[in-house]
Amino acid sequence: MVTTRGAKRRRGLAAAALLLPCALAGCGGSQNALAPHSHPATDIANLFWVMMAVAFGGLALVTGLLVLAWFRRGRRGVTADTDPDDPHPGEKPSLFVVVGMGVVFPLAVVAALFIVSNGAIINVTQAPAASSTDLTVQAIGHQWYWEFRYPGTKAVTADELHIPVGTRVNLVAKTADVIHSFWVPELNRKIDTIPRQENRILLYANKPGVYRGQCAEYCGLQHAHMGMLVFAEPKAQFEAWLKRQSRPAATSGTPLEQRGRRVFENGPCASCHTIRGTTASGYVGPDLTHLASRTTLGGVTIPNRPDYLARWIVDSQHFKPGNEMPDLQLSHTQLRALVAYLGSLK
Amino acid sequence: MATAVYEERLERMWQSRPGVLGWLMTTDHKRIGLLYFWTTLVLFAAGGAEALIMRTQLAQPNQHVVGPSTYDQLFTMHGITMIFFFIIPMTTGAFGNYLLPLMLGARDMAFPRMNALSYWVFLASGIFIYTSLFLGIAPNAGWFDYVPLANSTFDPGHAIDFYGLGIIFNGISSSLTAANFIVTILKMRAPGMSFNRMPLFCFAFLAASWGLLFALPSLTADTIFLFLDRNVGTHFFDVAKGGSVLLWQHLFWIFGHPEVYILIVPAFGIATEIIPAFTQRRVVAFPLVAVAELLVVFIGFGVWAHHMFATGMPTVTVVFFAAATAVVVIPSTIQVFAWCMTFVTGNARFKTPLLFIAGFIFMFVAGGLTGIMFLAVPFDQQVTDTYFIVAHFHYIIFGAAVFPIFGGMYFWFPKVTGKLYFELPGQISFWIIFVGTNLLFFPMHIVGLEGMTRRVYTYPAGLGWGPSNLAETIGAYITTVGIVVLLGNLVVSYIRGLPAGPDPWHGATLEWTIPSPPPEYNFAVIPKVSSAYANWDHADRMEDRRKLAESVMVLEEGHEQPVSSPVDGWWAEIVEMPHDSPWPILLALAMALVFVLLLVHLWAGAVFGLSAVALALLGWHGEEPQEA
Repeated sequence: MVTTRGAKRRRGLAAAALLLPCALAGCGGSQNALAPHSHPATDIANLFWVMMAVAFGGLALVTGLLVLAWFRRGRRGVTADTDPDDPHPGEKPSLFVVVGMGVVFPLAVVAALFIVSNGAIINVTQAPAASSTDLTVQAIGHQWYWEFRYPGTKAVTADELHIPVGTRVNLVAKTADVIHSFWVPELNRKIDTIPRQENRILLYANKPGVYRGQCAEYCGLQHAHMGMLVFAEPKAQFEAWLKRQSRPAATSGTPLEQRGRRVFENGPCASCHTIRGTTASGYVGPDLTHLASRTTLGGVTIPNRPDYLARWIVDSQHFKPGNEMPDLQLSHTQLRALVAYLGSLK
Repeated sequence: MATAVYEERLERMWQSRPGVLGWLMTTDHKRIGLLYFWTTLVLFAAGGAEALIMRTQLAQPNQHVVGPSTYDQLFTMHGITMIFFFIIPMTTGAFGNYLLPLMLGARDMAFPRMNALSYWVFLASGIFIYTSLFLGIAPNAGWFDYVPLANSTFDPGHAIDFYGLGIIFNGISSSLTAANFIVTILKMRAPGMSFNRMPLFCFAFLAASWGLLFALPSLTADTIFLFLDRNVGTHFFDVAKGGSVLLWQHLFWIFGHPEVYILIVPAFGIATEIIPAFTQRRVVAFPLVAVAELLVVFIGFGVWAHHMFATGMPTVTVVFFAAATAVVVIPSTIQVFAWCMTFVTGNARFKTPLLFIAGFIFMFVAGGLTGIMFLAVPFDQQVTDTYFIVAHFHYIIFGAAVFPIFGGMYFWFPKVTGKLYFELPGQISFWIIFVGTNLLFFPMHIVGLEGMTRRVYTYPAGLGWGPSNLAETIGAYITTVGIVVLLGNLVVSYIRGLPAGPDPWHGATLEWTIPSPPPEYNFAVIPKVSSAYANWDHADRMEDRRKLAESVMVLEEGHEQPVSSPVDGWWAEIVEMPHDSPWPILLALAMALVFVLLLVHLWAGAVFGLSAVALALLGWHGEEPQEA
């Protein structure tokens, strides 16, 4: 009796958890421009703190003048038409303030800011010389997910980008459809993906971790769910990961997984998705060759767990209304096999 | 004795027809100004409602108040509405129309029928574009409508065509208004009002009108290209056929950045009239401020690409536009300190209009300081397209354009209605709006730096964005309450307010020399002007009264108005002004017909519609001046 009720409650909780947003369900990564984890992002954040301090100073100055006027309100004898000897009281000192504070001072501040930011800091945030980088990664924006390719290898993945820590990565940003913008604020500034154009930025992480990013240019219905995660890993770990990703999917597996593979290859999945090493070679949706090595699904919308994956397959429109994947009509056994198969794609 | 006779004769000469027909056919700048006012107020309510729905959706993470499709239409329509259908028509259409001739000492705009046409075209374009929302197919690619997202592959259907045609249609209205204002300001000033004796308000509207006239063609070309790409099969923005998607962005922002100044410079003009009235002091550094108003629009044409720093332009281009952005700061700082020093050296009376102007200065400086940050290219590239930028431009557009509009509504309320507003509820409305907007927009800076991108219909929990968003939503509702108090106060004041008399504030400019509300002919005698603060020149005003009694400069023989030389304001000639006319509204209807037929691809029908336009123009030009 007690156990049944407990199980029921657990099922209820699990169902409720399925409706939960990603970060609550533990997708990881933060996306804070003021919590930098690289040289460029640190420079930008420091620049901001300085600018903010100066800006608050400027705002305080102007507010102070308005407050001063409040305290001087209601003085007598200061009307334009009552004092013919001095019709414009305080005009001369005011002119000094207007020219000094309105021209000279802002020119100096703006010039200093211009030199520091666009003379110095810009060098770290602009596209790096390709020769100065040790690895090239392509980020290709799609409505609505990120595809990542590692030129020179066969590795293709989606939404989750792995890079070696402490390594200068040449990130090439491209698009398969509309304009997106690649942005991982804790690592560097953003760069738009423009059709037929290859934009580049430096990607660098100075300590291992998971950094969240998101498409920053409005790109249609599911612009809000076009997140990504950057995993910065020690070099050896990264290389092992890249080697695994370059391989085709394993063909052996349990009978259930084999059945799942047939469902994938013969069903609607294969018309949009590729799994290298199988007959599935669609290109509308992301490459799923090593789906099980990912931690999240659907543009970092939900965690990559069997329960979420099953729900995604039959009802992705619930999590991401308007996305390109139709809700699939699969029997319970087909779904179970498919989830088992996808779960085996490490 | 004689005075009353002349006034009666003028009254007969200038009055519009009675009833609804009088409003439909009117060419009176004051009536047209009021039509603009009521129409833009309705559209402001629509744009505000859209904002409230969005804020409700974003109050907490992962909400489902509206879905993504609706949300995308809401933010697109909110942007289009507030920019093209509220602020521009409110400042130029309502304030400019009503006040410019009064400040210049004129009896009407230079082209009264064209002025009426501007309004009817504006109204028709508003109805046109809002039809899409009621059909559920409103534009949904953002107000800057980037391609390829807005091309027919990614956005089939009529949504974007409503945008393109609606913008072109609305642009016709704005261009007509701008041309009309420029000629009015240059030619219709009262004889004697040389350029240096023109109120700063008029400098601001001159600057904004030049801006509109030169900026709009770029947008019009852009939207025509888009319409052709979508419907005729051209390839302006089609990269596969050698087109360019960045062409759209360049042409858009060549319009889009001057547009920002077109929105706020008229508001500066409003501020520069309210400040002297409530400090009883002329604006400090008058010539500098006048030049700064013109300069800010001029330099504003050279900074457009700073909206595109993340598109991967060459570094040298980026740095050039960053430098231009640095220069555009200076005209604004000149004005800010001139306003502040006028506050300090004058005798400030913090009545509601001046409170709104003080609030405006605070908001404008706050938004301007974050604006300066964008000349730091790396920082711009970090925060562009996040809520930080949303915070910045709302401080500018709400703070620097809408605050002066509210202040101006209070300030000129006695002039337009002849009644005084209630001061205490006025001040309360200011404080509610001031607190509300800061609560609404300030946390957007924080949440933007924390990584929240703009134009997202929802956001995940766990990134720490919830509390800021909740504060913003509460701020949005507080602001709404403040605006309701403001409008309610004006309505009650209209019914119960005390008579205002011609000049309740001891205002500085010519509109305060005439009765409230102004007679249809504005000035019984063409006023003498010897400074930019004409109402404070008592000798001149005495002389006007003497002249009226002697029937000098009254021009009561016909529907007449003097025209002056553009710079020195020397008397040039007397022109006969057109009277009420049915042609403006008919021409606007014919134009609306063309746009609707283009929308539904009835090309032959559109040609037929063009012939209706031609007929209306024939009728317009065949109209004989009315006999006195």
